Amino acid sequence: MAYPAGFKYTKDHEWIELTQDRGKVGVTDYAQQQLGAVVYIDLPDVGRTIKQGESFGSIESVKSVSELYSPVSGEVIEVNTTLKTNPEAVNASPHDTWIVILKVSNPAETAGLLDAAQYAELIK
Amino acid sequence: MLAIVGAPSLDALVDETIPSAIRLKSPLDLPGGLSEHQYLADLERLASRNRVCKSYIGMGYYDCVTPSVIVRNVLENPAWYTPYTPYQAEVAQGRLEALFNFQTMVRDLTGMEIANASLLDEATAAGEAMAMLQRVQAKRPGQAQGAPQCFVADSCFPQTIDVLRGRAEPLGIELVVASLTSARFDAQTFAAIVQTPDEAGRVHDLRDFISSARAQGVLVAVATDLLSLTLLVPPGEMGADVVFGSAQRFGVPMGYGGPHAAFFATLDKHVRQIPGRLVGVSKDAHGDLAYRMALQTREQHIRRDKATSNICTAQALLANIAGFYAVYHGPRGLTAIARRVHGLAQRLERELAALGTRQLNGVYFDTLRLESNSVDKVREAALASGMNFRYRPDGDLNVAVDETTCEADVQAIVAAFGGTGSDDGQSDSVALVSYPPPLARTTPFLTHPVFGAYRSETNMMRYLRGLACKDIGLDTSMIPLGSCTMKLNAAAEMLPLTWPAFSRLHPFAPAGQADGYHQLFRELAGAICQITGFAAVSLQPNSGAQGEFTGLMVIRAYHHDQGAADRDVVLLPTSAHGTNPASAVMAGMRVVPVGSSPGGEIDLDDLSRKAALHHDRLAALMVTYPSTHGVFEEDIQQVCAIVHAHGGQVYLDGANMNAQVGLTSPAAVGADVCHLNLHKTFSIPHGGGGPGMGPIAVAAHLSAYLPGHTQAAVGGSKSIHATAGAPWGSASILLIAYGYIRMLGAEGLTNATRYALLNANYIKSRLEPHYPVLFARSNGRIAHELIFDLRPLKQASGAAAIDETDVAKRLMDYGFHAPTVSFPVSGTLMVEPTESESKEELDRFCEAMIAIRGEIQAVIDGRADPHDNVLKHAPHTAAAVSADQWSHPYGRQHAAFPLAFVRERKFWPSVGRIDNPYGDRNLVCAWTDAEAYAAESRERD
Repeated sequence: MAYPAGFKYTKDHEWIELTQDRGKVGVTDYAQQQLGAVVYIDLPDVGRTIKQGESFGSIESVKSVSELYSPVSGEVIEVNTTLKTNPEAVNASPHDTWIVILKVSNPAETAGLLDAAQYAELIK
Repeated sequence: MLAIVGAPSLDALVDETIPSAIRLKSPLDLPGGLSEHQYLADLERLASRNRVCKSYIGMGYYDCVTPSVIVRNVLENPAWYTPYTPYQAEVAQGRLEALFNFQTMVRDLTGMEIANASLLDEATAAGEAMAMLQRVQAKRPGQAQGAPQCFVADSCFPQTIDVLRGRAEPLGIELVVASLTSARFDAQTFAAIVQTPDEAGRVHDLRDFISSARAQGVLVAVATDLLSLTLLVPPGEMGADVVFGSAQRFGVPMGYGGPHAAFFATLDKHVRQIPGRLVGVSKDAHGDLAYRMALQTREQHIRRDKATSNICTAQALLANIAGFYAVYHGPRGLTAIARRVHGLAQRLERELAALGTRQLNGVYFDTLRLESNSVDKVREAALASGMNFRYRPDGDLNVAVDETTCEADVQAIVAAFGGTGSDDGQSDSVALVSYPPPLARTTPFLTHPVFGAYRSETNMMRYLRGLACKDIGLDTSMIPLGSCTMKLNAAAEMLPLTWPAFSRLHPFAPAGQADGYHQLFRELAGAICQITGFAAVSLQPNSGAQGEFTGLMVIRAYHHDQGAADRDVVLLPTSAHGTNPASAVMAGMRVVPVGSSPGGEIDLDDLSRKAALHHDRLAALMVTYPSTHGVFEEDIQQVCAIVHAHGGQVYLDGANMNAQVGLTSPAAVGADVCHLNLHKTFSIPHGGGGPGMGPIAVAAHLSAYLPGHTQAAVGGSKSIHATAGAPWGSASILLIAYGYIRMLGAEGLTNATRYALLNANYIKSRLEPHYPVLFARSNGRIAHELIFDLRPLKQASGAAAIDETDVAKRLMDYGFHAPTVSFPVSGTLMVEPTESESKEELDRFCEAMIAIRGEIQAVIDGRADPHDNVLKHAPHTAAAVSADQWSHPYGRQHAAFPLAFVRERKFWPSVGRIDNPYGDRNLVCAWTDAEAYAAESRERD
C-alpha cells in the first residue's frame, strides 16, 4: 500500500494529515499489518490537550496492544466514534481512517516528522 | 533413547546438561519412597489426627454438600482436573462452557453486568477490586492531589482487611478502615469497599451508602455471599461498581482453607479493566458458536507491567464445581437451600431467645451474633459436643449455619447454650419470616435453561460427560506445554482430597483440631527446604504469581528493615514470564529490563551496567532457572553475585523447578527467595486453569518477614501482611504435593528430574532435523524444555504464511494439545514433555510433528494450495469431515486420520478454528446474551 505523499509520519507509525491547523491522525498500513486484526481502540476525550509524543490512547489486536503517540501537540477536537463499533476499519483502509482530529497548537512541530519517502525507508 | 540422544548414560547426560558448579554435592536428605498402598495407610493415620467438628465459624467458609454426581464426575475425574488453562479453545469447549455457566451465575446472582472466570480467593479479590477501581478513577479528569485513599468498612472480614493493607501500602494507597456508618470521603477517596452480609452476619441496605459515595465520585465494591443473594436484593441492584466474594459454599469443600473460587463482577464499562480471565463467545470457521478466552490483552502474558493484574492461574476447577452446583440445583433448588439455611438460623434465634440469649443482628442471613455472659461455659460445652463457634474479640459469639445443618444440629447448639435440646418434633420446614420489601429480592436469576435442565443425576452425569469429551486433558494424550509441566497427577495423590478428615475442616478451627494437617505442613515445609536449599517456607500463596508478589514483599520488608526503603528497582530479563513484571508493579517496584545475548542467556554486560546504574535503588533481580529459554545458563552464579554486590536480592521464579529437583537448587545457584509452582513440579493438577499453589522458600535472613495472618500463628517475627485469605493457602491440595514427595522419596524425586531432562533431549534429537531449535548449551544440551522456531518456515511458505498457530491447530487433528505458542519468543513453539510420558507417547508426538513438517513442505513446494490446505483449515471437526459437501483439494482421510495411530484413539475437536478478533469485537460473556448473539451472527453471515 502506498504511503500518501501529503501525510507526515512518526517513527511510532502514526500519520498526520494537516489542513491549516486541523490535523487528522491515524496509524499506518505497516502498523496495522504488525498488529493484525484490530479489535479495540481506546479513544481520548474530546477537549483533551496532548503534547507531541504523548500517548493519547491505545490500539488493541487479539494478541497485542500498542500505545498511540501524538505526532504533534494540540487539542483533541474530534474522535472517530465509528471505530467503537467498527475498529476493523483500521485494517481495511488505514490511511483513510483517522482516529482523532487535533487542533494543532504548533504546526512547526511537523518539521521533525518523516515524509512518505523517509517513512517507507524506515519500515524497509 | 540414550542412543538417539547420543549420551553414554543418564548420568552422563545430566552432567552434560547442568553446569557442574551448581550441582548438589549430596543427594536429598529425604526419606525413601513409599508404595501407594503404604502411603495411603500412612495418610490415614495422619487423617485420624484431624478432628472433624461441626464448624459454625462462618467468616467466608461454610460446610456444604458437594452433590455426589459432581464429586464423581468432576472433582475426582481427570477429564476435569488434568487439563490446562483453555488457551487452545478448540480443544477446551467443555470447560469453557462450564466457566461460561459460572460467569452467568455470578452475573445473575450479583445483579451485575459482567463477571470473570474466577479469582484466587475472596481476600485477594478485594485487593483486585481496589486496584481496578484505582485504575478506573485514574482515567477520570481532575484527579485530586495527595495519596489516593480507599475506604474499607471495618465490618469486612478481618482476613480481607489484612490482605488489603498489604496490597495498598506498596501502591501508595492510604487505607481508611472505619465503620460503615461513620464513612467520610475525602477528595482523594477513589473507592469504598464494604460487605453485606458483613463479618458479623448483618445484612445491610447499601442503597443510601452507595448513592452518597457515587455522588462524591467514589466507586463502591461490595463483598457478598452468593447463597444469600437468592433471597436478598443483590448489590448490583443497589448500584455497586464491583461485587466480589467466595463461591466456596456452592459445593466446594472447605478443605482447611481452599482451594475455592472467588468471584468478581462489575459493569460493562469497566470490562477492559477486569482482572483475571474472562470467557467469551465467538464463531468458528463454520460460523458456529464457540467459546474462547476474551480480551487477553488485559493479561500479564501480553501487557506485562501494565496488566490489569498479575493473576495467571485462577480457580477454574472450583469455579466449574460452583457453576455445576448451580446448574444441578437450578434457581428453585438454590432458593430452597437458602430458605432452609435462613429458616434454621431464625429457628435457632427463637430457641436461644427463649433461653434469654440475646441475638444482636437486626437483619441476618445465616449468621447470628449472640451475647452471652458465660462464653467459657458455652465454648466448653460446644467443644465437648464437637462444635466450633466464632468467639469474637469483643466477647460476643457468632454462629453461622449452613447447608449441612439439620434440626438435630440446631438442638445441639441450643444445648451448648444451656437449653434442654429437646426436639419438639418440628421438621426442617421451619416457617420462614420473609425479608422486608426493601431487602427481599424480586428479580429473577439463572433464567437460562442450562440452570435446571440437568436436575436429575442421569441428565447431569451425561451433561458432564458430554462437556468433558470436548476437551484434551492428560487422560487424552500428552500435553507438551512448555513452562507448564503437565505431568501425571497420580490417583493416589488425589484420593485423600475428598476424605472428610481433610475436606471438612474450617481454616479458622482451633489448631488442636488439625494436628494431622499441621504435621503435614511441617513435613512438607521441611521437604521444600531440603529441595530448595532454603531455611524457611510460607505455604500461604495460592499461585505462582501470588508467590512472586509475596516473595517481593518479603524482599521489600527486608530492605525497609535494613534502612534501605528506597530500594525499589527490579531487574528483569526480557524473557521473563509476564507475571514477573506484573507482580513487581503490584509490590510497588519499578521494572528495569535486562537484555539477552543472541544465545538466549542473560546479557551479563547489560546486567552489570544496570545493576551499577541503580546501585542505590536495586531491590532485586527476578530470574527463572533454568531460563525460560529452556537452558541451564552457565553464568547464573555470576548473575546472582552481581546483584548481591549492588545490594539486591535474587528472586528465583521456580516455574522450571522440574529441571532442578535433586540435582541443583535455588540456593545452590545463589538465589535468596523462590516460589515453587506446586501445580507444576509437585503434581497438583492444573484443573483446567487452577487451582495452583505457589509457596515461597527463603534464605535465613528473610525468614522473619514471611507473611502472617490475623487468625493463625504463621509467618516470621516481623511478618508482612497476609497475601491470601487463608493462613496455609489452599491447604487441602498440599496433600497432593505431599503425596508426590512421600511416594517418590529422595531417589524418585531426583530420577523424575533426570527423566524429564532425558525426555526433552530425546525430543530435541528426534525433531531437530525437521525444525530449528532456538537455544541450547554450547554442547547442544537443553534442560527440560525446548523451543522450535517456526519463523523460517513462515518465511519459506510465502503467501501461505504457515505459522506457529497453524501447527498448533493441526496438532489437534493428530490428537495432541499444542505446545506453548509464542512464549517466550514470538513465532515459536515451546515443548516440555515432563518425565511422565513414555517413549511410545513421545514417538507419537514426534511423528505428528514430522508429518506436519511434511505438510508444511507441501505448501512450500507448491504441492498444496497456499490457502486451502490441511494446516489452514485445522482443526477438522467430525461434522466438517463427514459433511455431504467436501470442496477441499486434500482428502478427508488426510484431514482427520493423517497417521495410523490417530485412528486408534481419535480425538475430535468439537469446533473449527475460532475467529478470535470477532469475539473481542463483539464481546459476550454470559448466557442469554449468547443466544441473541448466535442468532445475530447467523443473520450477519
